[in-house]
Amino acid sequence: MNFSNKLLMLIGLLFVSTQSVAQESQQPVSAPIAAPASETVAPPVANDDQTVAQSATEADSGPEYVPMDAVEGFGMPTSAEDDIIASMDFQDQKSDLGQEAYRINNYILLPIITVISLFVLALLFWVIVRYRRKANPVPSKTTHNTLVEILWTGIPILILIGISVPSIGLLAKQFEPAPQNAVTVKAVGYQWYWGFEYPDHGGIEIIANMLKEESDAAEGERFRTDADGPALLATDNRMVVPVGVPIRLQTTAADVIHSFAIPSLWFKLDAVPGRLNEKALTINEPGVYFGQCSELCGARHGFMPIAIEALPPAEFANWVKSQGGTMPNEAIAEASPEAEEATAENNETAPVAG
Amino acid sequence: MTTIAANPADHHAHDADHKPAFFARWFMSTNHKDIGTLYLIFAIFAGIIGGAISGMMRVELAEPGVQYLGQWASWLSGSEATWDEALHMWNVLITAHGLIMVFFMVMPAIIGGFGNWFVPLMIGAPDMAFPRMNNVSYWLTVVAFIMLLGSTFVPGGTGLGAGTGWTVYAPLSTSGSVGPAVDMAIFSLHLAGAASILGAVNFITTIFNMRAPGMTLHKMPLFVWSVLVTAFLLLLALPVLAAAITMLLTDRNFGTGFFDAAQGGDPILYQHLFWFFGHPEVYIMILPGFGIISQIVSTFSRKPVFGYLGMAYAMVAIGVVGFVVWAHHMFTIGMTANVKIYFTAATMVIAVPTGIKIFSWIATMWGGSISFKTPMLWAMGFIFMFTVGGVTGVVLANGGLDDAYHDTYYVVAHFHYVLSLGAVFSLFAGFYYWFGKMSGRMLNEFLGQLHFWIFFIGVNVLFFPMHFLGNNGMPRRIPDYNSAYAYWNEIASYGYAIMAVGVLIFFINIAWAFIAGRKAEDNYWGEGATTLEWTLSSPPPFHQFETLPEIK
Repeated sequence: MNFSNKLLMLIGLLFVSTQSVAQESQQPVSAPIAAPASETVAPPVANDDQTVAQSATEADSGPEYVPMDAVEGFGMPTSAEDDIIASMDFQDQKSDLGQEAYRINNYILLPIITVISLFVLALLFWVIVRYRRKANPVPSKTTHNTLVEILWTGIPILILIGISVPSIGLLAKQFEPAPQNAVTVKAVGYQWYWGFEYPDHGGIEIIANMLKEESDAAEGERFRTDADGPALLATDNRMVVPVGVPIRLQTTAADVIHSFAIPSLWFKLDAVPGRLNEKALTINEPGVYFGQCSELCGARHGFMPIAIEALPPAEFANWVKSQGGTMPNEAIAEASPEAEEATAENNETAPVAG
Repeated sequence: MTTIAANPADHHAHDADHKPAFFARWFMSTNHKDIGTLYLIFAIFAGIIGGAISGMMRVELAEPGVQYLGQWASWLSGSEATWDEALHMWNVLITAHGLIMVFFMVMPAIIGGFGNWFVPLMIGAPDMAFPRMNNVSYWLTVVAFIMLLGSTFVPGGTGLGAGTGWTVYAPLSTSGSVGPAVDMAIFSLHLAGAASILGAVNFITTIFNMRAPGMTLHKMPLFVWSVLVTAFLLLLALPVLAAAITMLLTDRNFGTGFFDAAQGGDPILYQHLFWFFGHPEVYIMILPGFGIISQIVSTFSRKPVFGYLGMAYAMVAIGVVGFVVWAHHMFTIGMTANVKIYFTAATMVIAVPTGIKIFSWIATMWGGSISFKTPMLWAMGFIFMFTVGGVTGVVLANGGLDDAYHDTYYVVAHFHYVLSLGAVFSLFAGFYYWFGKMSGRMLNEFLGQLHFWIFFIGVNVLFFPMHFLGNNGMPRRIPDYNSAYAYWNEIASYGYAIMAVGVLIFFINIAWAFIAGRKAEDNYWGEGATTLEWTLSSPPPFHQFETLPEIK
């Protein structure tokens, strides 16, 4: 009993830690079971039917897509019971820009603001001790000192200029547009779930609702397991993207303003009805990343999480196939076989040929 | 600042102390001191409600899961609440807490209360320039508050009450919230805004035209300077809010599409208009606090304020720059790189005049002969806590970093450090400083210090962990959270309980003062208190300065 549990865990760990192992391994025991299509709460597009059907028919044509298990402590908040320091800090950053922002924040700004606060506190303690009525019965009449006034104006200006250099550098990088061949994903906010569209992949459409807890789920309804992710953060379907490849993430909304946010990627972009916002995003490590809607959007604002599943490009291609979509290169290849070579050469930043 | 020649005749002018009968005195008042008192009582009443609401929020957030919202929503509607109605209740609570604390607690107390009481006294004026308009301002505020409370009992979309957040963002506040609740909340803001505009006109006119002979602008006490700058901010910012919420109203009821993309409008336009008002609004709440702290630090250090002109013009600078930084509240709307860089840089600039103020207060204490009475404790607490809230503001100013911080609990921690530990500390400081002058009775020093320490510990335990929650990614305005956030939320809720004990001591202290408080002398703080109000009796005569004092 105990041994078999350990074995299960081992298989699970192997499955999530290395992509290549996952492909060769048997059907993992802990993989979430696809929900019975009719039971899922997925208004208004019930594309689960298609999903199941597609993956069933295409199972023999290539390696089958299996949803990735969420890993405790990866791409999600850390509990104080597990690690009190980590629970006070940012989630581990899994994108280059996130790591740069984290460094600017934790190694430049945090020390500066801590020192300034402690400096003010020390000055206050000093005046409390040195200039209390008993220690200094006769007050001085000093009301001006040009030098210190220049200093306490000038030094903060210099500090702010010092901060603004890396800060604006980061901003500039965050605004670099995604390259031409980036994978486009359009995230649409609805009250109260997310939709993900893949216009370059045969128009795949995913609807992602929060998974209920077992105690709250109706009879036969799919409920959250730990493989899906943490409570209130796990979704029935995920936004699946390739890892290490630039993603052109677009956001918009159908009803009110929502906000697409993933803390472990230092990413937040509002989803505004009537507007299409766009930002580039590259994820460094395969895994499942969790976030939440971050703009008040009505009653269930706290219950429309976001889960991103970042897969190695080959597995992403499998996923696209399982959704009945096509990889952009395939479409081009089918159209004109000669163009295939040229496309592959131009495709350095986005090796998603599968 | 000023040397004062008290007018001995004024002190004995008791024929000026004839007060009208009760109803005429309190309901048709034209006396700046009575109106100030009314404002303070009103603000305390509103603060109790707003504070109780935050208590409900902290109880609900004390542990993961939704425990109480359904019950509260059921009480409100009188029938079993659905899941969505329970969640809507949460949004009603956060909306009401924000609006009440901003418009009906801090602003009435700091401008309506202390501004009305002490601006005329400090500049040597008999009253405000427009006493009847002053009364109109007050009663509009009361009606506005009743409107807001009333909105809780009418439908607001998913459930009873307005659940749009205090920012009332479209389209959640237009197509997203059907029912009269949001309309009532909007009308409430209209009335409160009109009251503030009238008040601002009154203060500006009073300060420019009714200063005693010899009281030049550069001799005015810093509290008067702070109210003057605040009045200009009100005058320029509130009409923009009025325009924005009027457009909300017509979008909601008359088919216009100012903020509806489907009709060629733009939801982001609302945010620009709102924050063009909203950012000056945060300075409206804190600038008079700066003024109060300056008076107190100077009094208890027995020294004139260090760098008086720098202090006055730092407030002017904060007021001016405060109008050109609004979009840092909207960093994630999808603005262009250049816009974001501009608002990052402009926002950081505000740290400079704010730093000047912090250091000037410390320099005022430097070389002083400081006594640590209750108002001084609050003032020193203010200086340190406002510094902490200020430096996290510098962090948030960085548009690139804001992609993680935006709309998380880090922001909640930041603005409660500058408001709950900033503006509210200055309110308590002012209350302890001037209570004897206003009422004629002294508060209990021991209870005052006990109140300070318990409140100080409570709010820090309450708000400091919110920085951690924000770092770790917890969004604002959610009624339930993943259990990873449970630990710091629980600690924050304990902090609320500690703070509540402090507030209880505050009320005991007020009761004590009226029952057993020592009679207040004219100038009970002694030689450090040099402004004109200390030359008058405590409380001052019903009409003061019938003969204007001379300022040398």
